[in-house]
Amino acid sequence: MKNISKAVEKKDHKQKTSGRAMYIADKKLTGELQAAFVRSELPHGRILKIELPPLPEGYLAVDGRDLADNHLQVITAEQPVFATEEVSYIGEAILLIAGPDLATARCLCRETKVTYEELPAVLDMDKASAAAARYHFAKGDVAAALARAAQIVEETFTTGYQEQAYLEPQGVAACWDAEEGKITVYGSMQCPYYVHGALMRALNLDAQHVRVVQEVTGGGFGGKEDYPSLLACQAAAAARKAGAPVRIIHNRREDMAVTPKRHPGKLHYAAALDAQHHIIGLKINICLDAGAFPGLSSVVLQRSLLSAVGVYRVDNLEAEGRAAITNTVPSGAFRGFGAPQSVFAVESLMNHLAAKTGMTPLAFRLLHGVKQGDETGTGGRYHHHVPLPDLIARAEELSGYSRKYAEYARPQTGRYRRGIGLALFLHGCGFTGSAEKDVIRSRLILRKNADDRVEILASNTDMGQGLKTTFSKIAAEALGLPLERIICRNPDTDRVPNSGPTVASRSILIVGKLIERAARRLKAEWVSGREQEVQEVYKDDVLIPWDLEKFRGDAYPTYSWGLNVVELEEDRLTGMTNLLGIWGVFDVGTVIDYTIMKGQAEGGILQGIGYGSMEKLEAQGGQFRQGSFTDYLIPTAMDTVESEIAFVDNPYDGGPFGAKGAGELTLLGGAPAYVAAVEQATGRAYHAVPLTPERILAAEDKGGEV
Amino acid sequence: MVEFTLNGKNVTSQQPPHTRLLDVLREEFGLRATKEGCGEGECGACSVLVEGMLWNSCVTPLANVRRKSVTTLEGFRDTERYRLLEQCFSEAGAVQCGFCTPGMIMAAEALLSHNPWPLEAEIREAISGNLCRCTGYNMIVDAVRRAAAKGAGLW
Repeated sequence: MKNISKAVEKKDHKQKTSGRAMYIADKKLTGELQAAFVRSELPHGRILKIELPPLPEGYLAVDGRDLADNHLQVITAEQPVFATEEVSYIGEAILLIAGPDLATARCLCRETKVTYEELPAVLDMDKASAAAARYHFAKGDVAAALARAAQIVEETFTTGYQEQAYLEPQGVAACWDAEEGKITVYGSMQCPYYVHGALMRALNLDAQHVRVVQEVTGGGFGGKEDYPSLLACQAAAAARKAGAPVRIIHNRREDMAVTPKRHPGKLHYAAALDAQHHIIGLKINICLDAGAFPGLSSVVLQRSLLSAVGVYRVDNLEAEGRAAITNTVPSGAFRGFGAPQSVFAVESLMNHLAAKTGMTPLAFRLLHGVKQGDETGTGGRYHHHVPLPDLIARAEELSGYSRKYAEYARPQTGRYRRGIGLALFLHGCGFTGSAEKDVIRSRLILRKNADDRVEILASNTDMGQGLKTTFSKIAAEALGLPLERIICRNPDTDRVPNSGPTVASRSILIVGKLIERAARRLKAEWVSGREQEVQEVYKDDVLIPWDLEKFRGDAYPTYSWGLNVVELEEDRLTGMTNLLGIWGVFDVGTVIDYTIMKGQAEGGILQGIGYGSMEKLEAQGGQFRQGSFTDYLIPTAMDTVESEIAFVDNPYDGGPFGAKGAGELTLLGGAPAYVAAVEQATGRAYHAVPLTPERILAAEDKGGEV
Repeated sequence: MVEFTLNGKNVTSQQPPHTRLLDVLREEFGLRATKEGCGEGECGACSVLVEGMLWNSCVTPLANVRRKSVTTLEGFRDTERYRLLEQCFSEAGAVQCGFCTPGMIMAAEALLSHNPWPLEAEIREAISGNLCRCTGYNMIVDAVRRAAAKGAGLW
């Protein structure tokens, strides 16, 4: 194992374990007010009248008129911070009431009467005419491939919402300094500079008059990428109007009802096979439910499309997609960012095609796996080593996949049947397309104090993934210093440059590389006892430039790769499953900390299995039918099983010490591997996740497929 | 007014008897290691020990702990047992975002104090009322197993 990969105690371990880490709900500000919301009860309607109850002294109502610009800056700025004339989804904030006692504020909100004129609502993405984005790309000649195919197989896959279910609900606190005309927002968040930009716009302040401070963050998984910007603008409007600090902490029900989820998806595949069972063409159509506003959906859709062919080489390809606008809660970021939908679909398709051709799932995959130098679907290239054979060899060794597959393929009898499933996947590292170069342009500073300790000044956040530790390890290794001499604090925009958001598995790859470069320079210039500062900015190393208009080029500088195997026993009577084994083999380049990376893998796989098996979240009439952990089920310790995790060594020169992106990759294989295992146990084909016991039984009742 | 023992000291809460124990601990006594994750007894982030048993303080009315002994992480973190758990949680990589961790530590203590040599299945059951979204649980199970193995005589 490389020196840097050796596990260390995490920098924040003692704080967190002893309960001394202060999350935003644990911090009280002197004289603070708390706030509750009046929210839309209709998926679509015109607000005719708002009647507030008499507000007791010390309480105030805040709405869109209290902002200089009532638009939320995300990629574009369509979503209002508070709905003013029209409501577009159930749960959309219309106004808030702030005051010293939260229970009283909630009562006042309940007593507020909103009269609407109901407008027609679009609740089904199939019926939506508006789209947040549409893309199309093609390679080769699909029409010709379909025309000469020996067999054409068409399948449609559906995927549900998924809730991030970070254990710490969303929360922020805002303070207005009237003398300086400066707003400060503290909170649980992934992207302090996103919040910073949103506040500048909403309050019409310059950069110096907005300060955003990340507090200890209890999980994000994408859920704290965009939503904290909205909450921050709402709290800031209230703080400025009240002249007092305002703290907003969502309870779980409010959090689940109004914050962004993973996009539900509908993915149609038409596969053209030749007589030798080769896929000679694929035509793919993806529709994601963006919800009421575009938000991040355009980029989510890009990643869905770019992931839709999985790890396979298809010479004739046509893919199109749209992110449909509906009157539902805006969908957003969730670990994987559009890829989990596609990976489930393409991996399931591969299993179904393998079955039709009489090949094993693995043999059929090997026939189509990409190799180094192959062209991607968008005219980019797999420039670097593609480790699929390494992943497969290691997974066979650990799990005995092929042996067990053959064993369970024999006829089984009795109530409990076994199955084993496999999924192969890749994840493009960092932002999709040219955003690093054109939008983010990361800046990173290493500051050496007179005491020869070095502080990393970056805007990236530790939300549990261990970034303070991994960033510090990179700096320590490059400087040749002990880890204790490296300081990495929660970002405060008054102190740190904009090194970009903590998203897209980019922190280690992009910002970690800047840390490595800055550290090497600082080491060369090192003068003991003197204050020194080194700055680094992002340098583009994408080989084939990305063109979004044409949807062509290298969408990512490189890829991380993974393989999951899931073995289970299925109860034919109840449809319940019992996991017997989980394996994960990954190529994330150099592992920066073995224990941290294992934790990413373990957690990501179980989120993926949850997505594939039990995490049911449905909207009916624009309203979620599940509202809390009581009815939205995430896996418990009893729903999982011991797993084995391994990494293959495939360092990437563009990343620090050879590291690549890692966080999101680990979620992608759980759902398809789980479903594949159930398929082997039951002998059925499934096309939807979550594949709940109810769905398994429904397929039996229908005597066919779901 | 409700009297109970809090982290070894006799205390009297001034809150109405139906107040959630969680709010009494966090707001009245300022003990914020105990977290609120769901507010309906599903996630276990608010776990405390009542008479050595693991309780969800968010669904416990204050009146239910009258004359009982309540222990929060603040009352446990200076013990040998805690120090071993902290070390084992570190070695196993059982802490990511940390929000479930105080509850997990209390769940581990509740288990080990009743069953110092738990089987893997017993560890899973003991922490099954505590949700964790980051770790996938196996590293937490490993941490508790390590603590049991190293903690001969402590529990």
